[in-house]
Parts: sequence; C-alpha cells; structure tokens
Amino acid sequence: MNRFSYVKATSVDHAVDVLTADPAAKVLAGGTNLVDLMKYDVERPTTVVDIKRLPLGDIEALDDGALRIGALVSNADAAYDRQVEENCPLLASAILAGASPQLRNAATTGGNLMQRTRCYYFYDPSAPCNKRDPGTGCGAIGGVNRIHAILGASASCIATHPSDMCVGLAALDAVVEVSGPQGKRDIAFEDFHRLPKDDERGDRPDLDNTLQLGEIVTGVRVPRQAFGQNYTYLKLRDRLSYAFALVSVAAGLTLENGVITSASVALGGVAHKPWRDKRAEDMLKGQTPSREIFTAFAERILSPAVGQGDNDFKISLARRAIVRALAQAASGTPQRQSQKSYA
Amino acid sequence: MSYDPDTQSQLCPTTLHINGVRHDLEIEPWTTLLDLLRGPLALTGTKKGCDHGQCGACTVLIDGMRYNSCLLLAVSQDGAEITTIEGLSTGDQLHPMQEAFIEHDAFQCGYCTPGQICSAVGLLNEGHAHSREDVRELMSGNICRCGAYVNIADAVEDVMGQQTHAVAAQ
Repeated sequence: MNRFSYVKATSVDHAVDVLTADPAAKVLAGGTNLVDLMKYDVERPTTVVDIKRLPLGDIEALDDGALRIGALVSNADAAYDRQVEENCPLLASAILAGASPQLRNAATTGGNLMQRTRCYYFYDPSAPCNKRDPGTGCGAIGGVNRIHAILGASASCIATHPSDMCVGLAALDAVVEVSGPQGKRDIAFEDFHRLPKDDERGDRPDLDNTLQLGEIVTGVRVPRQAFGQNYTYLKLRDRLSYAFALVSVAAGLTLENGVITSASVALGGVAHKPWRDKRAEDMLKGQTPSREIFTAFAERILSPAVGQGDNDFKISLARRAIVRALAQAASGTPQRQSQKSYA
Repeated sequence: MSYDPDTQSQLCPTTLHINGVRHDLEIEPWTTLLDLLRGPLALTGTKKGCDHGQCGACTVLIDGMRYNSCLLLAVSQDGAEITTIEGLSTGDQLHPMQEAFIEHDAFQCGYCTPGQICSAVGLLNEGHAHSREDVRELMSGNICRCGAYVNIADAVEDVMGQQTHAVAAQ
C-alpha cells in the first residue's frame, strides 16, 4: 500500500473541501473495495478522507413515502431494516445476494455505488487497462473475458459493474443524493453510473460515474414502490454463494386483475452499469404474464448484446434468467438468497 | 500528527479495546487491523489468509459483529471494542462455539478455524440464521480449504439449538 495523508472528516463540507483541493484524494467509508485496491496498487491516493464518523448512518421515511438510506448505512443494516424489507424487499434481496456477511457489515450504501470493476486486467497493474491507466489499451478485448460485458461495451473497455445492490436500486428508480463544492444535487440512478462511452464525455472508461470533482454521495432515496409482492432478484454465478454475478436480474411487476400495469427490469453482470431498457419494459404493459411475452421481452432487451468470445454464453444465460425472474415476479415467489435451487 | 511528506510518515493516536484490554496506540494509517493484531500486539490467533477479504481467515468481532480485519485500516476503528479468538474463552473455559467445533471435529488443518469460530459467533449475535440453509449461506464468507463445511455447519447448528433451548427454558 502506498503512503498517504490520513484525514478524519469532521463534516460533509470538510470532506468536500479535501476532495476538491486534492483530485487524487479518496473517500474511505467501509474500505472493503478501496483498501483492497490499494493493496494491489491499483488505487494510490495521496490523501484518504475517512468519513465513517459523519452523521450519514440513518434510514428515514420521508413525507412522500420514499425511504432515504444514508450513505454510511452498512449493507447489512440496509438489507435487514424493517422499513426496507417492507417498502422495497427487492432492494433487501439484492443486497443479500452480494458479498459475504463480513463484507456486508463493513460495506456502506455510498461505497457500494462507488465500487470499481472486478475485471482481472483492471486489478493487475502490469496489464494494459484503459480504465486504470487511460490510453494503455484493453487486455480483456481478445483476452480472457468470461466475466465481461455483453451490452454497452466500447472499443476501449468491456468491464462490468460488480454490484448487486445497484441493480436493485436501478430497478427501483432510486435517486442518488450528492454534496459538492456547488452544494447539493440529486442524480437519477440511471444517470449516476455511465457506460464506458457516452455522448457527453466520449470514450472514457476511467470515469465510472458522473460525479464531479469534490462531490460525495450522502445518501440514496428509494421511491415508494408497488413491488411489495411481485418482485425477485435472481443471481447466477460460478458458485452458489459469495461470488460476483455472471448474470443477475432485478425484476418488479405491478399487476391489476392479472394484467401487468408496470414493469421494471434491471440486469447485472452484463454491462458497465446496471442495464435497463424502458422501451422494452413498455411492451410488457397491458399484457397477461406468460412465458411467451417474457421471452419476447428478453429477446428485445438483449437485441444489442454482443459476446466477446469467452462470455458468449451470457447472452443465452441472460435470456433464460430474465424469463425465469419475470415468472418468479409474476407469481409472487421471489428467489430467497439462502435457497440454492431456483424455483 | 499530520502526514509529513519528507519522512513519508504519520502517526495517528488511536484507542482500541481488544479482548477487554484498552490499548492507547500511535498507528501509521496504512496499517490494517489484521497487521496490527498479528504484529505489534502479538495476537497471532487471527490468521492472514488471502489478505483481500475473500477467505475470512482474518475475521474478528467488532462490537459483536464480524468483519474482515484485513480490509480495515486500524486508525478507522478508533474507540472500537474488538474481540479476537483469544478473547472468546474465559480462562480455561472455552466458548460454547469452541467446544462445539471440537465436539463436531469441525476442522482439519485448523488455519481457517479462528476465523470460522469468530464468524460463527458473529452469526449468532447478528441473529439472521434460522435454518441449516441460512447457516450455510451466512457462513459463506469463510473458506475452508480442507472442506470441513459439513462439520462446521453441524457445530454452528448445535450452538444455535442450545441457544434456542435456553430461551425456551426461561
């Protein structure tokens, strides 16, 4: 681990000041990703700003029925919180699909949003990686790419976002609350993470998200949801627990008299950010749940999918996982994360 | 003190309560809790396995909950109550989880065992396991290279059952 200056933040404004003054500073919360990356020399911050003592550790119900989850609420505390379980069980389930109990005790809500890809080339400072060292190339394209993206990749990066929680938050249309040198602002969840290439900043896989210099995540708001019964988080991976997703599906449906009135589906493990296609979701509205309509939806959302070689299997795996997840959501039988057979 | 770029050093006053003993320390901020325990504090019961949060051998209890000590900077734990494997027994009286691991032969080489036992005690404290399925899922952060999982799950279930009976008898 490199040497750095350690600063205990005394307020959000203090943390913002330190981050604004030193672009190579990093925020420390749970540390489960940052400390790991520092040990690999992938992250070499000049300053580490410890925000763990800031008052961002509460979950509160807002007047409009939304829940605000503070940036420092641990993944475990969020997943087992009664309000989260009642208001958005999809989020609780997604969190429990990720990592291990030890990691969920340490990892925070804000840190989960900020975690970096698990691409092997990103983790290896001796390998080329446009995300870690812009302009050096991508070892994964044409390399070992079993875990890589099938959607939204660019010519310079095929990394995936590793989070499960964020896939749940994407399906729930959450809002990210941030503070920065210009004050506070809200970012719609779909606008928080970015694809490696976008219109605004071009092909910049080094930028995981749309935070500006000095900005810090202070919390996440989850709107009041109707997916109390008809939801699931289905995660497929190389072993049954404690592994990153090859493909995961967060699905929520609203049903009235047996007809779908709204649908929300987010995919994990397949792109640089949780993947949604709202126009594809629209085709589910007004339909009666059936294997045929779910398959048609899966074909539609995966129509731009491209394999990289080792990960070609993800396209058919995702198709089947989407159909299975929508069937679980429609029947109100969500996947339990401790149950290792798929209903 | 603040970071001195010339000497590349910084010593941070930090107080940790470890196994009931208060330690007033001055720590370099890049020291992990694991390295602090095993090095300067000579509490070598906590094991370094992968050193990246993937194996669970370094699991300790902080305020009763389990954490991978390899991924925590010791300075960030200022004021915490930490329990390591050395702190679970009372004199020669082993913790019920330690007794259960012996009873069920829940280890072979033993390297992962301190982390397994601390994790299992954390599992009980956290209170989210209600079945063998739950035990297996909620012990998944602890890898056993020898593959003693069946007996580990038996040991944890045994102590869970003792607790349930103790509550029922009250």
